[in-house]
Amino acid sequence: MTSNFSFKVTGDQVNNMVAVFPTPPPIDLARTLDLAGYRWKAFATGAEAAKNEPTEGWAGAVVMCDDDPEGGWAFCRSLRKRDVPVQRVLVMVSGAQLPDLELRDDLYDDFCLAPFHPRELEARLRHLFWTELSGKLEALVEYGGLVLNLETYQASFGGQPLDLTYMEYELLKFLAQNPGKVFSRETLLSRVWGYEYFGGARTVDVHIRRLRAKLGEEHANLIQTVRSVGYRFGQSKWSI
Amino acid sequence: MHEQQRDYVLRTVEERGIRLVRLWFTDVLGNLKSFAISPAEMENALNDGMSFDGSSIDGYSRVQESDVLAIPDANTFEVLPWVDPKGAEARVFCDIARLDGTPFDGDPRQVLRRNLERSRKKGYSFYIAPDIEYFYFAPPVSGQQPVLLDEGGFFDLTSTDIASSLRKETIRTLETMSIPVEYSFHEDAPSQHEIDLRHTDALAMADSVMTFRFVVKEIAALHNVHATFMPKPLEKIQGSGMHLHLSLFTGEDNAFHSFDDPYNLSKTAKQFMAGLLRHAAEITAVTNQTVNSYKRLVPGFEAPVHISWARNNRSGLIRVPIPKRQNESATRIEYRSPDPACNPYLAFSVILAAGLRGIEEEYELPVEADANLFEMDDAMLTKLGIAQLPQSLSEALRVMENSSLVAEALGDHIFEWFLRNKRDEWRDYKTHISQFELGRYLRAL
Repeated sequence: MTSNFSFKVTGDQVNNMVAVFPTPPPIDLARTLDLAGYRWKAFATGAEAAKNEPTEGWAGAVVMCDDDPEGGWAFCRSLRKRDVPVQRVLVMVSGAQLPDLELRDDLYDDFCLAPFHPRELEARLRHLFWTELSGKLEALVEYGGLVLNLETYQASFGGQPLDLTYMEYELLKFLAQNPGKVFSRETLLSRVWGYEYFGGARTVDVHIRRLRAKLGEEHANLIQTVRSVGYRFGQSKWSI
Repeated sequence: MHEQQRDYVLRTVEERGIRLVRLWFTDVLGNLKSFAISPAEMENALNDGMSFDGSSIDGYSRVQESDVLAIPDANTFEVLPWVDPKGAEARVFCDIARLDGTPFDGDPRQVLRRNLERSRKKGYSFYIAPDIEYFYFAPPVSGQQPVLLDEGGFFDLTSTDIASSLRKETIRTLETMSIPVEYSFHEDAPSQHEIDLRHTDALAMADSVMTFRFVVKEIAALHNVHATFMPKPLEKIQGSGMHLHLSLFTGEDNAFHSFDDPYNLSKTAKQFMAGLLRHAAEITAVTNQTVNSYKRLVPGFEAPVHISWARNNRSGLIRVPIPKRQNESATRIEYRSPDPACNPYLAFSVILAAGLRGIEEEYELPVEADANLFEMDDAMLTKLGIAQLPQSLSEALRVMENSSLVAEALGDHIFEWFLRNKRDEWRDYKTHISQFELGRYLRAL
């Protein structure tokens, strides 16, 4: 089960494909990863994860050690004890298992208490991925036929250049970098426009409508209106 | 300006191989003005503006030095979609400033900015959606009557085909230029069309109206057709209006909406309407600025004649449309007198000023006039306290002259220049001997 969006980086091979233990993962974990825009695959053992490793390598791993600590730590070990260790391994342990972390510092980069709060997990993952990706993050954002080249500020759809004004570009970039997530108008206004905007919160609607018009009728639904909440770019498997 | 925004523009110029950047601005009469610069000058233009001699622009003349600065508004930078990709061109709207960088008071865009800033300080953003009507004709021959597209086998295709394909192409072009279209249709009159634009804030909309008029004419000309926004080109056929759907927003909330009112109109909406009605005569010279405009504002053609409002009576000056579904953001009023030959920056400025005055001074909204006003005689109208809009440019100018509201909204520079220029227009018209007079009097008298 993988979601259909990705952050891609031209040139080097950093991606956001995450290995997950166990399989199937708890539904909360799957949901959190999906909504945060990660691609992931779940495995029962480290050997399986190694066998199915994508060509660009695992970008990271999320390992639940609360139910099956032995299996979980074995999974971590197999990701780490190899020629090129997998970076950005996050483990989840219950409060009672906190002592397990001791002397295992080499096996993980961060941890989260189980049961976890989705916001906390998301924040920890974002932070883990940030340090690695910040310098070269998403020189190219792709989704379906849409490509945004963040270096040249150029957008295209299906290979055809898409001419956008600066604010349209910034809005589309923000949305496409966070596919599947729902944003309120206020959030978009403060994140994309900052505080120097002219038309008030309705400006967001105006720009969304312009983007839809430019994407053309058949792709206008790439940006979806979530009633009385705001907007979402791309599909979400979770009905929110 | 943000560093990043500037980079965005410069990078796009480079990546898209832009050969020319057109700097657009507007004279006081609402004509689009433009000068082109090479991409190499763009960085300089974004940093410091481009100076030019303003004395040749209508309404820009000043007693002292005549040089002004065109400062590109990087937000409006856009690649022109109809130009050959090999010689790609872009346009950007400019604010006009004095050489010291302060806003130039002859620039209509700066006037609208100033009025919107006033409204923003009160917590309101002003939203507008216009319905713009226009005609397609055969290319005009000087001094001759306009020729409709469905006359005289002008096209091999039937006129409906050519006109609707023109309209489709126009809409496609508008949408790639950040101007989403809500509806479009063939109007009642032959060769007349209407395109309704999706609401935006007033500044973006004034820019859009300028772009709209340019695109409609440009696309038509590419097919050897003449598009015109002349308010009343044909005597017995309805003219072209630009009905404006207006609303004020406070943050995300529609300040015109109220759940407690049978028409869903808030107190703010009613005071705004009252302001518009009370000052309607004063602002008419600006919203209807040609001699020809007043030939549209006559009974019998769905154009307003009387200063009144109603829920769903198209003979009134303000109509309160019934929003689709129960959508509170769609609550709005429709101001029906403006025509598409106005200067949108100035028209939006005076409309806003009139509405805000109503809110500030808490005007009382007169009673609704729901009967068909066209069928009433003058005595009846007077009894109802319903006045008429000015009947001619001359009358409109006389009312405007005494309006401190309009003077304040436009600023002294434009207020005085406009009155001077338009009185000249009226004088020219008054001394003209028309076909009507020759036909009527030459033989008989």
